[in-house]
Amino acid sequence: MKLRISALALTAALAGQSAAAQTEIEFWHAFTGRLGELVAEQVETFNASQDEYTVTASHKGNYSETLNAGIAAFRAGEQPDILMVFEVGTATMMAAEGAVKPVYEVMADAGAEFDPDAYIGAVKGYYTDTEGKMLSLPFNSSTPVLWVNEDALEAAGIDRDVDLSTWEQVGDVLTALKESGHDCPLTTAWQSWIHLENLSAYHDVPFATQENGFAGLDTELALNGPVQVKHIETMGQWAQDGKFIYAGRRNEGGANFRAGECALFTESSAGYAGISSEAEFDFAVRPLPYWSDAEGAPQNTIIGGASLWVMEGQSDAEYEGVAAFLNFLSSPEIQAKWHQDTGYLPITEAAAELTREQGFYDENPGTDIAVIQMTSKAPTANSKGLRLGSFDQIRGIIDEELEAVWSGDKSAQEALDSAKTRGDQLLRRFEQANR
Amino acid sequence: MEKRVIFKGVWLPLLLIAPQMLITAVFFFYPAGQAVWQSLFIPDPFGLSMQYVGLGNFEYLLSDPYYRASFLTTAIFSTLVTLVSMGLALYLAVLADRLIKGSGTYRTLLIWPYAVAPAVAGVLWMFMFNTRVGVITWYLGQLGYDWNHVLNGTEAMGLVVIASAWGRISYNFLFFLAGLQSIPRSVIEAAAIDGAGFWTRFRTIVFPLLSPTTFFLLVVNIVYAFFETFGVIHTITAGGPQQSTTILVYKVYADGFVGQDLGSSAAQSVILLLVVGALTVLQFKYVERKVHY
Repeated sequence: MKLRISALALTAALAGQSAAAQTEIEFWHAFTGRLGELVAEQVETFNASQDEYTVTASHKGNYSETLNAGIAAFRAGEQPDILMVFEVGTATMMAAEGAVKPVYEVMADAGAEFDPDAYIGAVKGYYTDTEGKMLSLPFNSSTPVLWVNEDALEAAGIDRDVDLSTWEQVGDVLTALKESGHDCPLTTAWQSWIHLENLSAYHDVPFATQENGFAGLDTELALNGPVQVKHIETMGQWAQDGKFIYAGRRNEGGANFRAGECALFTESSAGYAGISSEAEFDFAVRPLPYWSDAEGAPQNTIIGGASLWVMEGQSDAEYEGVAAFLNFLSSPEIQAKWHQDTGYLPITEAAAELTREQGFYDENPGTDIAVIQMTSKAPTANSKGLRLGSFDQIRGIIDEELEAVWSGDKSAQEALDSAKTRGDQLLRRFEQANR
Repeated sequence: MEKRVIFKGVWLPLLLIAPQMLITAVFFFYPAGQAVWQSLFIPDPFGLSMQYVGLGNFEYLLSDPYYRASFLTTAIFSTLVTLVSMGLALYLAVLADRLIKGSGTYRTLLIWPYAVAPAVAGVLWMFMFNTRVGVITWYLGQLGYDWNHVLNGTEAMGLVVIASAWGRISYNFLFFLAGLQSIPRSVIEAAAIDGAGFWTRFRTIVFPLLSPTTFFLLVVNIVYAFFETFGVIHTITAGGPQQSTTILVYKVYADGFVGQDLGSSAAQSVILLLVVGALTVLQFKYVERKVHY
C-alpha cells in the first residue's frame, strides 16, 4: 500500500513537472485535407522528438481567413506564436512593426543555429529585406510551370516531344491544335501570378518600382511595360481565336486540364499531386515558356505559397521553442519529405540534394523542373519577389482588367495602364496607413 | 375628449423596453458609431497606428468611377432579386392556395431551398452553369447558346440574381401562402357568384388584401438583396467580370477583409447605412400609404 501511494505520488509529481516544463507553442495555419494531415504529421514528429515544447497546430480557414484571424487575435492580445501568411500578405506583415518578430531575430535571441544561405535564393529572397535579413520562414512555396497533355498533342499530329520552351513555339503549337479541331488548346490558373508577376520576373523586367516594393513603401506598379503588353496582347489574340480558353481567376482551368479537355495548362508546380492522381492521359511538365526576343530571359521565376511569421508579445521560453520548431521544419529530412509529398519546392539546397540522392526525381520525371527553373540563375532586383501592400486586392484589379482583354473589351495596353492607375491608388493608401 | 391610455410610472415601461434597447445599443449603435469614427481614419490592419484623414476616405471613394458604378449595379441587382423572388413566390403561392391533391408535398418541396445557406446555393448554381462542365451550360450549348458568365457581365449578373432569388422564393412563398389563406373564402366566393373571373378577383380583392404581406416582404427582400447576398456573389463571380457584379456590400468585404483597408471599408459601411436608411424611409413614407391593413 505504501509503495503504491508513493508510486502514485511520484507519477503525479512527474506528470506535474513535465506539464509545467513543456512550453506550449501555438501555430495557426491554412491547410486542410491532405496538406492538413501532412502538417499535423510534422507537428507530431516534432513533439515526439523532444519534451521541452509542445506545438499545437490549428486550422484557421483559407489563406485570407488565417491572416484575418491572426490580425484580429493580435488586436485582442491573443495572437499565436506562429502564423502562416500567404505570399501576397508579406508586405502587410512586414509593415507591421511591433506585431511581428523577424525570424532572424528569433533565431539570434534563442541562440539557435541558423544559416540564411542554406535556403534556395529565389525562395529566401521573397522573405528577406534589402539588408539580407530573413523576416519569415519560407514554408510552402511553388512556382508556375507548363503542363502538357501529350496524348492531345499526338492526336493533333504534333510530336509529343515538341519544343515548348518559348511562347513563339507555343503559339505555333496552339495554331496546329486549333486547326486540328481541338476545343481548348491552352488554359491557365492564377493569371496574374503566372502571366504578369512571374512573366515580369522571368524576363527580368520590373513588376513594380523600388525593387518590386522591397526598397520602400513608395512603390508604383510597372506592369504596363513593353514585355507585359506584348504578352497580354498575344494572349488576348489567342483568346479571340479560341486558342486560349479562360476558365476563371483561380485554378478553375485545372479541372479542364485534368479531364483531358485542354492540351496545355500553365499552373503551379504544386498542381502535381492533383494532376498525377486524376489525369488519364500521358502528361509532361515543362518549364514555363519565355519570349525568345526578350533580353535577359529566362531569368528565374518567383514563388507563390506561404511563409511562417513569428508574432510579437510572447515569452522568451516560447521564442526558444519557436526557434527549435522552425529549425526542425527546415531540416533536410523533414523538408525533403514535405517536398516529395506535396509537390511544393524544397526550401533548402540540402533538401533538394537529399531528394535527388533518394532518387525521387528519377522516379518522378519533371518534378525537378520547378527547382531548376528557380535556381538556375541568381535572383535580380526584378526577380527576388514582390512586396506590395493591398496586393490581394491589386490582384483582383488585375484579374478584372485581364478579363476585359480576354473578352475583347480593352486592348492590352489600355487594360494594363488602367490596372496600374487603379493599383497605384491602393499602394498610396497602404503607404499612408503604414506611415 | 379623447380617451388615452396612460401607464403610470416610469420604471416599468423602461424596464420592459430595456432588453431591446440594450441589444440595439450593443449590436447596432456601438458598431455603427465605431464605423463612423473609423471612417475618418486610415488605420493599419494591426491597429498599431491611425492616420486622421477627415472626410478623405469618402473623397477617395467617390472619386473612384468603379465605386460610383457599383451604386447602379446594386440598384439593378436588388431590383431584379426582389422582383424575381417575390413575383415567382406569389405565383407559386396562388397555385398552392388552390385545393389540389398532394399540395402538402408540393409546399414542402417549395420550402426546401430556404434551408440552403447562400454560399452553398452559390456553389450549386456555379457548378450547373460552369462554363466547361456545367449541366445547364451544356444544354444551352445544344440550343446553340454559348454561355460564359466568366467573361460576360450581363450573364454573370443574371446568374447571381437567379442564385440569390432562388432560396428567397421559399421564404416569400411561406408568407404569401399564409396571407392568401387568411383571406376569407366567403368574400371571394361572393365575388365569383357576382360573375367576377379569376383575374378580376385577384386584382380587386386578393392582391389588395395581401398588401400588408407584400409590403413587409418588399422591405425584407430589399434588405436581403443589399446585405445577405454576399455569400452567393463571393462563390459565383467574386464581383467579376470587371466588377459587373460588385454590389456595395461586396466591396465593403473586399476592401475590409481582403485589402485590410479598414478606413475605406468603414466609410463604405457608413454610406451603405445611409442608403438603406433613406430607402426604408421612402418605403414607409410612400409605399406604405397604399397598404390596407
